[in-house]
Amino acid sequence: MTPHPAPEAGPFLGKLSFDALPFHEPILIVTFAVVVLGAIGVVGAITKFRLWGYLWNDWFTTVDHKRIGIMYMILGLIMFLRGFADAIMMRLQQVWAFNGSEGYLNAHHYDQIFTAHGVIMIFFVAMPFITGLMNYIVPLQIGARDVSFPFLNNFSFWMTAAGAALTMISLFVGEYAQTGWLAYPPLSGIAYSPSVGVDYYIWGLQIAGVGTTLSGINLIVTILKLRAPGMGLMKMPVFTWTSLCSNILIVASFPILTATLTLLALDRYVGTNFFTNDFGGSPMMYVNLIWIWGHPEVYILILPLFGVFSEVTSTFSGKKLFGYTSMVYATVCITILSYLVWLHHFFTMGSGASVNSFFGITTMVISIPTGAKLFNWLFTMYRGRIRFELPMMWTIAFMLTFVVGGMTGVLLAVPPADFVLHNSLFLIAHFHNVIIGGVLFGLFAAINYWWPKAFGFKLDVFWGKISFWCWVVGFWLAFMPLYVLGLMGVTRRMRVFDDPSLQIWFAIAALGALVIAAGIGAMLVQFAVSIWKRKELIDESGDPWNGRTLEWATSSPPPDYNFAFTPVIHDLDAWYDMKKRNHDRPVAGFRDIHMPSNTGTGIILSGFCLVMGFALVWHIWWLAALSFAAAIFGAIWHTFNYKRDFHIPAATVIEVESARTRQLAAGA
Amino acid sequence: MSSKTITAEEPVQFYDLDEHAHPEGHSTMLGFWIYLMSDCLIFAILFACFGVLGANYAAGPAPKDLFDLKLIALNTAMLLFSSITYGFAVLQMQMGKVRGTQLWLAVTGLFGLGFLGIELYEFYHLIEIGATPQRSAFLSSFFTLVGTHGLHVTFGVIWLVVLMIQLGKHGLIAANKRRVMCLSMFWHFLDVIWIGVFTIVYLMGVLR
Repeated sequence: MTPHPAPEAGPFLGKLSFDALPFHEPILIVTFAVVVLGAIGVVGAITKFRLWGYLWNDWFTTVDHKRIGIMYMILGLIMFLRGFADAIMMRLQQVWAFNGSEGYLNAHHYDQIFTAHGVIMIFFVAMPFITGLMNYIVPLQIGARDVSFPFLNNFSFWMTAAGAALTMISLFVGEYAQTGWLAYPPLSGIAYSPSVGVDYYIWGLQIAGVGTTLSGINLIVTILKLRAPGMGLMKMPVFTWTSLCSNILIVASFPILTATLTLLALDRYVGTNFFTNDFGGSPMMYVNLIWIWGHPEVYILILPLFGVFSEVTSTFSGKKLFGYTSMVYATVCITILSYLVWLHHFFTMGSGASVNSFFGITTMVISIPTGAKLFNWLFTMYRGRIRFELPMMWTIAFMLTFVVGGMTGVLLAVPPADFVLHNSLFLIAHFHNVIIGGVLFGLFAAINYWWPKAFGFKLDVFWGKISFWCWVVGFWLAFMPLYVLGLMGVTRRMRVFDDPSLQIWFAIAALGALVIAAGIGAMLVQFAVSIWKRKELIDESGDPWNGRTLEWATSSPPPDYNFAFTPVIHDLDAWYDMKKRNHDRPVAGFRDIHMPSNTGTGIILSGFCLVMGFALVWHIWWLAALSFAAAIFGAIWHTFNYKRDFHIPAATVIEVESARTRQLAAGA
Repeated sequence: MSSKTITAEEPVQFYDLDEHAHPEGHSTMLGFWIYLMSDCLIFAILFACFGVLGANYAAGPAPKDLFDLKLIALNTAMLLFSSITYGFAVLQMQMGKVRGTQLWLAVTGLFGLGFLGIELYEFYHLIEIGATPQRSAFLSSFFTLVGTHGLHVTFGVIWLVVLMIQLGKHGLIAANKRRVMCLSMFWHFLDVIWIGVFTIVYLMGVLR
């Protein structure tokens, strides 16, 4: 493929011109048409039903952690569909391009697809999903009314959304990076990637990264400062513990990503020599730095889900969690160890036997606390009265799947083995095994578990089970062949194949991907059917699973203020303790409740940042400077607003709580 | 882990019926501390880059050829003095004097501007003699590390001006006091970073 020549930059529109629109790619034209039609439909429906005011006032400008959490989940779901479309296209290309066929994707397009798939799935699917989950659940679990910095929470969400939007724009205006999801230089340098793809990558992640870091700070402070009276650190629910560790990892690793991508941007924009081949630069410096962020990142993703599995196992086994203390220590050990293993991503760098041994051993050591967790879950189930509801089914599927992924991880941690398996499909199978089997299965457990809390009705079980079986079977079909292919020596990111004997394995993998697609479809149907039948699936109690932690102590969905009176904690399983000892729900003596006010500043500032990112990608300098100045000025203007809170009057609280009292009486 | 055994007869309180509102902004200091630590990590990466790439001169100039330690000593003095004067501003604030606080903040800002002026002069001089950020990995990492610190000082100065206006408008209310303390932490933090820059980049640089 001939590299696209870098377009001449004009003063007004920079490098942007009509050539940037992908008229030569029929696939993109069709996609664009579908997206535009869909967008017109959605915008038209919102306008027809006069929902703009409702959306703006109740959702876009909200500082309520619950609504922000739901918005994160919706963002994650939308981006998940995009990322999965990329996955299906790759599977199709790889099974097609045999026996002299080039498949249906040219190299330029295919390379963008595998890059976008990785970036989107990690940054704009997994991250919004876990951040949304933590946002929704953590304040409820610790008996708080909101997070510590509610405005910052709204701003963080919109920065993440702006980063996702910039990444999506690259689909139709210009191109995305063709470098793989971590954009290693020198390939990602200006010499080998002269067009805008890597710039979309950089600014999309930088904008989203600001949001992620701020949200991490916010949740750490929330957990440390806003726990209900009596909840010492060792009485925190496990999900809150794992969230705390995950957010500590976010704050301790995302700045590294920010700094590293800034240096790459300087190399590309200013012509510095950090990661170039010439003038003393070192590409391996980038690889080291990006993985010092990248390895903690995978623990950022999995830790909160370890918390979910703990909550689910304990609830559906009807027992308190086995080995709570060891669970906490295991989480903290993983948090620390995750910083000491980054080099295992590139044993082949040639750092020598001693260095490779160190990182190989630290990597294997991580399997000890992780194993301890697994045994804790098994012992929790042991002699429990297990209810095989959907969250528990996902948890068991996780245990069976994740163990295999963990063991292949230990294989990869052996440096001599890694020299053979490095960048092979074995590696691809391994990390999909832990991310799908761990993170995604955990998310599905969490969604099925907490959906009734968020919306007041349960999810449909029939479609949930169809989705479950399609996902689990599809996962094994799609990724086990990749292990086999990896052991045969097939490397990642290949577009065409010469050896026809490999095709059968790719065919099985493609079939698996289709079964997963059915699972995703069934999940969307599950959501739709559940909303349709919400009257039948309704949960009046607020505690549909006989839960153990505080989020089940309030109504479903919880009132704006979460708890009319702050709960006082005496036991680890606080809500179970309250039920066991027949607590009385207070029905009088309500007071005004102090709450933060909504603000549109977050979405406006993020909008400026989005424009700035787009302008930087296309070298439209005047627009970049203008939008940067607007963002700074807007932020300063916001600090002149000192009235950021209001009181929910006691009368309103009484009204809400009386309705709740009637609801409980009717249910009982 | 010593939880008192509570018998069924004893009434247990499960809700805080007599709740007092959290004082506004009670978490801000902790949050700002954590933010500073995340910022510290960015500098850690830049220091690491300088440590790894700082001797890659690519046949270009080395620190010995470029750095004028007397100028840097003056620059360092500017920043250290600005930290002292910021301390005076905080003392004035604790005594409840708005004018005094503003005055010392202004002095701090002037020292900050002096620091930035000298730094810009140094950069201008280096670029003029051909020691540009593009010349070698050493100069790339030098300009980025020192420039990022300078950028932080610039934002600190902008914040100082905003804060002086806000103090003028609302006086020493709790929210403003909190902001003075946050900027104080930010300013001293930049001082600490500069000590690292002065030692590792300049002093150890000319020794190399």
